[in-house]
Amino acid sequence: MQNAKDLKDYRSELRESLDNEFLRKTLDTFAVSYRAGRANAFKDVDVKALIKEIADGKDEAGQHMDELFQEFKKNAEAAGVHVHLAKDADEANRIIGEIAQKADCKKIVKSKSMTAEETLLNHHLEDLGLEVTETDLGEWIIQLRHEGPTHMVMPAIHLSRFQVADLFGDVTGKEQETDIEKLVKVARRELRRKYAEADMGISGANFCLAESGTIGIVTNEGNARLVTTLPRVHVALAGLDKLTPTLHDALRVLKVLPKNATGQALTSYVTWITGANQCLAAQDERKEMHVVFLDNGRTALAKDPIFKEVLRCVRCGACANVCPVYRLVGGHKMGHIYIGAIGLILTYFFHGRDKARNLVQNCINCGACADVCAAGIDLPRLIKEIHARIQDEEGHPMSSVLLGKVLTNRKLFHRLLKTARWAQAPVKEKNGFLRHLPMVFAKEQNFRALPAIADKAFRDLWPDIKPNVAAPKYKVALFSGCVQDFVYPDQLTATVRSFDGHDVAVDFPMEQSCCGLPAQMMGELKAARDVARQNIRAFEQSDARYVICSCASCASHLKHGYVKLLQGDHVWEPRAKAFAEKIIDYSSFMSDVLQVQPNEFQDKGSKVTYHAPCHLCRGLNVKDAPRDLMRTAGLDYEPCNEEEVCCGFGGTFSMKFPELSSELLNKKLSDAEATGAEELLTDCPGCIMQLRGGVERRGSSLKVRHIAEAVAEQRKK
Amino acid sequence: MSDHIELFKEKAKLVSAQVTEVASMDEAYQFVVDLCDKKEACQLMMSGCAEAVSDPAQELCDTKQRKVVAAPNLEEADFEKLAALCKAQDFDCIRQGMRQHLGGIDIGFTVCQGGIAETGTLMLESNDEEVRLATMVAEHHVAVLPKSLIKADSYDLEQELGERLGNGPSYTALITGPSRTADIERVLALGVHGPLELHILLLEA
Ligand code: SF4
Ligand code: SF4
Repeated sequence: MQNAKDLKDYRSELRESLDNEFLRKTLDTFAVSYRAGRANAFKDVDVKALIKEIADGKDEAGQHMDELFQEFKKNAEAAGVHVHLAKDADEANRIIGEIAQKADCKKIVKSKSMTAEETLLNHHLEDLGLEVTETDLGEWIIQLRHEGPTHMVMPAIHLSRFQVADLFGDVTGKEQETDIEKLVKVARRELRRKYAEADMGISGANFCLAESGTIGIVTNEGNARLVTTLPRVHVALAGLDKLTPTLHDALRVLKVLPKNATGQALTSYVTWITGANQCLAAQDERKEMHVVFLDNGRTALAKDPIFKEVLRCVRCGACANVCPVYRLVGGHKMGHIYIGAIGLILTYFFHGRDKARNLVQNCINCGACADVCAAGIDLPRLIKEIHARIQDEEGHPMSSVLLGKVLTNRKLFHRLLKTARWAQAPVKEKNGFLRHLPMVFAKEQNFRALPAIADKAFRDLWPDIKPNVAAPKYKVALFSGCVQDFVYPDQLTATVRSFDGHDVAVDFPMEQSCCGLPAQMMGELKAARDVARQNIRAFEQSDARYVICSCASCASHLKHGYVKLLQGDHVWEPRAKAFAEKIIDYSSFMSDVLQVQPNEFQDKGSKVTYHAPCHLCRGLNVKDAPRDLMRTAGLDYEPCNEEEVCCGFGGTFSMKFPELSSELLNKKLSDAEATGAEELLTDCPGCIMQLRGGVERRGSSLKVRHIAEAVAEQRKK
Repeated sequence: MSDHIELFKEKAKLVSAQVTEVASMDEAYQFVVDLCDKKEACQLMMSGCAEAVSDPAQELCDTKQRKVVAAPNLEEADFEKLAALCKAQDFDCIRQGMRQHLGGIDIGFTVCQGGIAETGTLMLESNDEEVRLATMVAEHHVAVLPKSLIKADSYDLEQELGERLGNGPSYTALITGPSRTADIERVLALGVHGPLELHILLLEA
């Protein structure tokens, strides 16, 4: 639940989670075991293709929600079901309350429904004097504790057996042992009694099949079978997004949903109900059955060109399972009612700007969620879009406007960077770090040292570095990105050096500027588009076949971000696509295009380990190239634990949430140190800034370098 | 075909179901009685009733006075065979009236209408509420699945399942392993609401 007034308040809530040792340990183990379980479940499956089919099917259904509703209604009514449509949460709650009162129900058992959480149904029913019991074990536990879920699939993941034992002690009036098996048995007996007494059952629905008016419910515990069988009245509450034309659509989702949620091939129970079935507790031995559809903004969402894909979500929870921020702070802080990446987005639409304002900023843009999403939703992008939308609605903060203004004016931006070099002179150390932070940074930024601006920017060194190639085999252009251009020009020099002997003609278009990702991260989409156009124009001047970018973040933004930003712009969309075609990251160019060979390198290289930048391994889906390259270049590469987990940089994220950034950083460095390597290599200057700064503060002996620097050094002279 | 059966067995075992092959229905009935008898599946005390439960929950526990086998979807003649075997052991064998047994029964025995090899799943027609209840309040669910009904994957079962759904009212269950939860500290526990054990009897047919 989100109750924080402002970002400061929100951050102090995050601090509480960070200090919760049980939560941290639980979520750490979960993150690691989930990853393995999911990989195992999908090992013989073309999961990307399946996800694409699901996305297409869901998009199609989203565009015909109204027709599907009519068809469902017709078929369900023919089988004796009452079908309702509620425009918002209040109306849904009111309808269900009235059904209960009309049928003279007193006691209600419920099986899990995120939609009922969305409408806060229990509160409403309890206000009417009805007794409501959740029967999913996790939901029951949090209901007894009067709190919301911290995970969409495992709502009580934040609680320990001791807390549960205490709670059950209160419920039963008997002292409890802390043995989990026994606690589960106690719940079995307590809830069995509740089913026996209930006169109304409420369930959710994972699928509403229009062709037959059927609902499909997925559970592991089997509680939905009892909830829909014993009481004489059954109400199913479902979002309109659960409507789907055919059984086939549902079976397709079932090929991914359980595997993605918990690594199971299929959940223990999938229950299909068409119509008012036999119920021996009802007078005519027929169940009184209702299906209540909830709109609550879904119809409008379906019409939104950018956000309509949100309706694809099948609520598998995977986007939380892999999120490094969720792993640190848990679901109460990484969501309001819906949790994880999708929660950040849905909160805005279902629960309003107030609840979403702080939340949407808490995404490091690592892309882990999009990589596993069962419905192929581009979650990080939509999170940024929400942030931008909120700023458009409420006014952009001064810092963000300024950043946008500066970035769109390349000359001004570069002049400012050069001026900063003079300003930092008094605090600059010989080792390339700033002795203490300039006044604009808060003290809490001190978890990592910040680098100084280089004496000479790469663009000023370029005339001396540019290789002279008489008969070029390859024509390439370099995209530097601001960090390499102004802070780490050596990385670019090394990039160019490592092409030696392959007849590569290199060009460096001077009109290039910041890639614009920081502006996008700050919600300044207009500025992000402006710089995108400037950069595309700058590179159109060059006849290069490849645009090489040794900054993973820039590369992924140039390749995928630009096309999305300029989508629908008749002039610029095709130009963005042509530009994107040419973008290649450093390691792929070396391994796949130049196909460098071991005999070009010295064979006794140092022991190194690797950090896979989010924007390379997921953003560009480049996984083998850097690892192959290190081995080819004669380096003794020792893989690192959790190599593909974010280092915590995330650009402006690390400024906004230093406490989270530093946790991620320290975990990353501990893993790297544990390999016993002398050097930690990676292919993103942003990560390097973060990692080096952390190494400096820890006083670690680990050396952090760009992979190009190590490769250039290994090249035989 | 035999590939399906091997795959089915493998997948069902992965989800903690126990798979046995039987040559005939008579063998299946005998399995039920043996299970009840030898493996002590039949107990007066239902699972959880020995724990520290509340007084009202204990009352529901106490409603169970006899060892009970329920076989709600057997034909009359088949039911009589099973009932006779049960009677010899002094177990009750019932076909209906499950609402009188919500405290729990020992074994729910059913014959299934389909199976999915890819996931080790059973398809059970549950239009009759006695079938739903017998397979949920029983501590052990023993399900007969004729081998010839096993399909490779869910799409192969689609048409049949679709026909059931299209002919409402209908209630159909896909069952994959016993009832389970991992809601406390992500520790897997079987039998949170439904059966603690699922026995699948693959019938030569
Ligand atoms: S992009 Fe990364 S940090 Fe952001 S929501 Fe997705 S997984 Fe979490
Ligand atoms: S957004 Fe994707 S990953 Fe997250 S719950 Fe929905 S379907 Fe699952």
